[in-house]
Amino acid sequence: MTGHLASIGRVWLRNAWVYRDRWYYGLLPNFFEPVFYLLGMGVGLGFYVSTGGAFDGDYLSFIIPGLIAAAAMNGASFETTYNVFVKLHFGKIYDATIATPVGIEDVTLGEATWAITRAVIYGGVFLLVTLAFGTAFDARLLGALAAIALVGFAFSALGLAFTSVVPTIDLFSYYFTLFLTPSFLFSDIFFPVAERFPPVLATVAEFTPLYRSVQLMRGTMQNGGEGVLLDAGYLLAFGTAFLAFAVWRMRKRMIQ
Amino acid sequence: MGVSAMTTPTPEAISTPTVVRATNLSKRYGSFTAVDGVTFEVHQGEVLGLLGPNGAGKSTTMRMLYQVTPPSGGELELFGMRSGQDARRIKGRLGVVPQIDNLDEELSVRDNLRITARYHGLTPAESRRKAEELLAFAELDAKATVEVRALSGGMKRRLTLARGLVADPDLVILDEPTTGLDPQVRLTLWDKMDDLKRRGATLLMSTHYMDEAERLCDRLLIMDGGRIVAEGTPRGLIHASLPPFVVEGRLIGGDDTPFRALAVEEARDFVRSGDRVSVFVRDGADALARVLEGGADADRTFVRPSNLEDLFLRLTGHGLRE
Repeated sequence: MTGHLASIGRVWLRNAWVYRDRWYYGLLPNFFEPVFYLLGMGVGLGFYVSTGGAFDGDYLSFIIPGLIAAAAMNGASFETTYNVFVKLHFGKIYDATIATPVGIEDVTLGEATWAITRAVIYGGVFLLVTLAFGTAFDARLLGALAAIALVGFAFSALGLAFTSVVPTIDLFSYYFTLFLTPSFLFSDIFFPVAERFPPVLATVAEFTPLYRSVQLMRGTMQNGGEGVLLDAGYLLAFGTAFLAFAVWRMRKRMIQ
Repeated sequence: MGVSAMTTPTPEAISTPTVVRATNLSKRYGSFTAVDGVTFEVHQGEVLGLLGPNGAGKSTTMRMLYQVTPPSGGELELFGMRSGQDARRIKGRLGVVPQIDNLDEELSVRDNLRITARYHGLTPAESRRKAEELLAFAELDAKATVEVRALSGGMKRRLTLARGLVADPDLVILDEPTTGLDPQVRLTLWDKMDDLKRRGATLLMSTHYMDEAERLCDRLLIMDGGRIVAEGTPRGLIHASLPPFVVEGRLIGGDDTPFRALAVEEARDFVRSGDRVSVFVRDGADALARVLEGGADADRTFVRPSNLEDLFLRLTGHGLRE
């Protein structure tokens, strides 16, 4: 067990070393993406959206938690799809890693741990930027950070599961365009889905991980913790199930 | 009873410990059998060569040894531990140098060594020290901070070899370590392996190059079709299976009758491949004289000692495998 934990930590460390040498490249886009979203959707579009009292006259506050959840989702997703796929197929790095005492399970869990780290960095920067757009500086920020980690966990597990089954890198556009994009648009980030779509579609949306992530972020940041246990439980169970699948598939793929 | 008789151990008692013991080891993929019941041992301090054409099962055998391919049948023990059960501990005592460089292109040369050392459980300080030691061994000191993708092919190979040594392994497994390299790089790698040999390392290496096998290996296993078809020392294998000399000729449109006649006289096979003919003989000078007398072109006929390549081709055939 300690052997596994240590090995997982070292796979994480490898990624941290790579990040240490080039984090500054990603920093500026990471910082400006939320600025653009909050200015464009919140300050700009939000003026017209909330005219007449919709969203209590404050559309910007409505979209902030959801955008943070989406940022965490994106951070975890890029890390576990393209980046892991390249290491798996083009770099063949894992072949070298599993020839050492580190096992393929350790590699998979180490990548998940690293993707959560990236989600926390990515979502955390987004969260910090929202301080300039009305997010209160109080203890709820810690809860939000924990929620970001949980969102990162769910989406790193899903990303790894997807990567462990796809044969070619071209198929990631299916994952991004046909799954993550509709998730982004129909998970209550920008409008209450249940008010605009038939109950069947709204119910489907409610069972997607990003929808639950958005609810969790809202519950943590704005609604005094209402419903967060249910959402957190969902994300935990969702992540655990897909991570278990990913570990099993990666073993099948690498050990043969 | 003399004192010397008591202190001089019998050959059995000093027999070197066995590092690998494979018994009837096999690997099947569906209906395809990659390794078909091989039995062999690797002894401490020896360099064991694995020879065979492409698809003979060399890489699969090696992968089973370094615990990334589970055997379908047979027994496999490394360092007295059961393969599979003690995978982590077994891998901790191995160094693996794969056929294709799978270095971490996102890390520097030094960090490639350091992270592998960390994977092996070395502390940060030990890893740093080990990396410096191996940078010197691989003559890559000057490239320590360079990214791997900026290295030449030969440098990458040296780094891959060095990476296989971070854990002070009790057994180094090298899968075709010099395939596709230019002669200078091969010579450098051979020097490095000689170096390891002198330090008493145990090596298991596969190769396509007979000169490499003859130069580096103490003992050879020749594989074909997933089986071991011959086993022994390089010289021993040749002597046991082949007459000492070969009379060889290039025909260039000429007649092969003198060579056929010689083969009949010597009761040996006549081997023709394209316009090259050869006959194995016991007495080289005598046979050469006879074949020239029979009308062979003196400028294109010569005699040479039988070598490992002759044996390899005899055992595994002349046909193209792929």
